Amino acid sequence: MPTKTYLQAINEALRQEMERDSNVFIMGEDVGPFGGCFGVTKGLYEQFGEKRVKDTPITESAIIGAATGAAAAGLRPVCEIMFVDFIGVALDQLFNQAAKMRYMFGGKAKIPMVLRTPQGAGIGAAAQHSQSLEAWFAHVPGLKVAMPATPYDAKGLLVTAIRDDNPVVFLEHKLLYGLEGEVPDELYSVPFGKAEVRRSGKDVTVVATAKMVHTALEAAEVLAKDGISAEVIDPRTLVPFDTATVVESVKKTHGLVVVHEAVKHAGFGAEIAAQVAEMAFDYLDGPIVRVAAPFTPVPFSPPLEQAFLPDVNDIVAAVRKIRG
Amino acid sequence: MSLNEEKLLQMYTTMVKIREFESKVQEFFAAGKIPGFVHLYIGEEAVATGTCAVLRPADYITSTHRGHGHLIAKGGDLKKMMAELFGKKTGYCKGKGGSMHIADVDLGILGANGIVGGGGPIANGAALAAQYRGTDQVAVCFFGDGASNQGTTQEAMNLASAWKLPVVFVNENNGYGISCPTCKSMAVADIADRAAAYDMPGVVVDGNDVVAVYEAVAEAVDRARKGNGPSLIECKTYRWCGHFEGDACTYRDEEELRTWKAKDPLARFREKLMDQGILTEDRDRKIRETIAQELQEAVRFAEESPLPAPEEVLEDVYA
Ligand SMILES: Cc1ncc(C[n+]2csc(CCOP(=O)(O)OP(=O)(O)O)c2C)c(N)n1
Repeated sequence: MPTKTYLQAINEALRQEMERDSNVFIMGEDVGPFGGCFGVTKGLYEQFGEKRVKDTPITESAIIGAATGAAAAGLRPVCEIMFVDFIGVALDQLFNQAAKMRYMFGGKAKIPMVLRTPQGAGIGAAAQHSQSLEAWFAHVPGLKVAMPATPYDAKGLLVTAIRDDNPVVFLEHKLLYGLEGEVPDELYSVPFGKAEVRRSGKDVTVVATAKMVHTALEAAEVLAKDGISAEVIDPRTLVPFDTATVVESVKKTHGLVVVHEAVKHAGFGAEIAAQVAEMAFDYLDGPIVRVAAPFTPVPFSPPLEQAFLPDVNDIVAAVRKIRG
Repeated sequence: MSLNEEKLLQMYTTMVKIREFESKVQEFFAAGKIPGFVHLYIGEEAVATGTCAVLRPADYITSTHRGHGHLIAKGGDLKKMMAELFGKKTGYCKGKGGSMHIADVDLGILGANGIVGGGGPIANGAALAAQYRGTDQVAVCFFGDGASNQGTTQEAMNLASAWKLPVVFVNENNGYGISCPTCKSMAVADIADRAAAYDMPGVVVDGNDVVAVYEAVAEAVDRARKGNGPSLIECKTYRWCGHFEGDACTYRDEEELRTWKAKDPLARFREKLMDQGILTEDRDRKIRETIAQELQEAVRFAEESPLPAPEEVLEDVYA
């Protein structure tokens, strides 16, 4: 299988879906000739022209609103918000318009739009350009939320997102853009709501998202040397969430550690922990432990940013805490 | 307010300071000493300088992601600025903010801002506080042509005018929002035209002429201090560097840049002051030497300062 980066995989999904379906178009700030702030839309303007790769003014609510309206009118917009942090400017259009239209209209509208946006810390971009906000989106009924961790999933999940008849928030991790992996040339889709067991194990279940999947896999290697066998699960989508796979795993391992880069307080990890507590409490032989960022904005200076980010040691320590 | 020789020289000094500071930042960013993003202000010095020369220390400004020039013109401390850019504990934000978030509330600098269009509503709030307390302080909102399209900016202008807030909206129209030229992001040629919708004065000035900027802002500030409400001043200018350091700038042509470089706000002002006999070669050299020394100290301070300790990540979240 050919090897591609996470960024190339997303670009390929966009290109192939645009070739396949003329209703699919792209819209966002600097997505045209510039190719997107991180280069994700490079080459698409050249191939599809201005009508289908539209540079917008710097007006996030106008972008989300236009995508919502265009989707309601039968198109399939994929809009880019340059950094997830900028969604604040457009929350009404996303939370109150895109997410609720179908429900409020009694099922009489479809909003097949995708909002692609990078999140995550690690590049010294500070508090207004580094957040992980998946919990915000996952909390709003009407939105679906995808968080690919690998190039393969990035392509397959984006294809599913574009074909989905609901608004999908597609969260890319900016530090994963350069990650390489096997990605088929042909179109394929990865289903929503189906977690991937990235490593199987028997002593503890580690559920991790996005970049933390890789951190958790490294931690699993370290733990393996100590004879602790960790099962690492990547949910891939938070809405829908594959509770069954996680619960099954916990029934086998009897321990759960949840890992994400977003701040721990009111993070999605709390939801996972609560679901497992509700459904598999009797199988747990100790408390569920969450590994996540501290309750602070993301700091700028490198040592502070490193201190903010959960790392391999944090995960190893969490597992040791319950598997002493 | 009249521009005497001393004031003119002060303005010249500020412009040189901004240019030199930015050149140093460019150098250090290229050398990998400055993490994150850096957006340089080179070529736009006349806007910040002409505007802030009107302001008093107690007046407020809100800045942008391209904020170094605004901060310097409002009196920002080069050492603390440089230390912040380096991510050091001694920086303006203790290493937590970086280039895009430097603030000095004591100097009325309510922050550079990583969110395009974030400043307008905040400037209104500062102006509201002044109106509320009955002081004659004003607030200046610096914002780009790109930011002018944000709802927040339009909402802020409307509110400021409805409430007659002492705000001056200073638009820096440098022709681009990252790669997007203004001709593609708006239908009007002059952002100043939008002032009509809010019943406030809207004027276009040559943003590369520091005296023209000063005069337009002085009139607007005067109006604001007298309780007559906000104004919009559009300064036509140009950014010489890429949107951020590392931007290859493939979306604009060399010719355009050359044309604008020929209108260099600093060289023009220098020439003017020379012609008027206000500036001499000797004086110019002294000004530059002083600034070079100040910058050297700022860099040394930044380099020698400690990085923050990891535990500090948890500090300052709540008061
Ligand atoms: C809400 C928001 N949207 C998008 C961005 C990304 N961004 C940063 S600067 C910029 C361009 C701003 O253009 P303009 O206001 O004209 O200022 P200039 O860079 O030209 O000084 C963009 C799109 C952002 N920081 N915040």
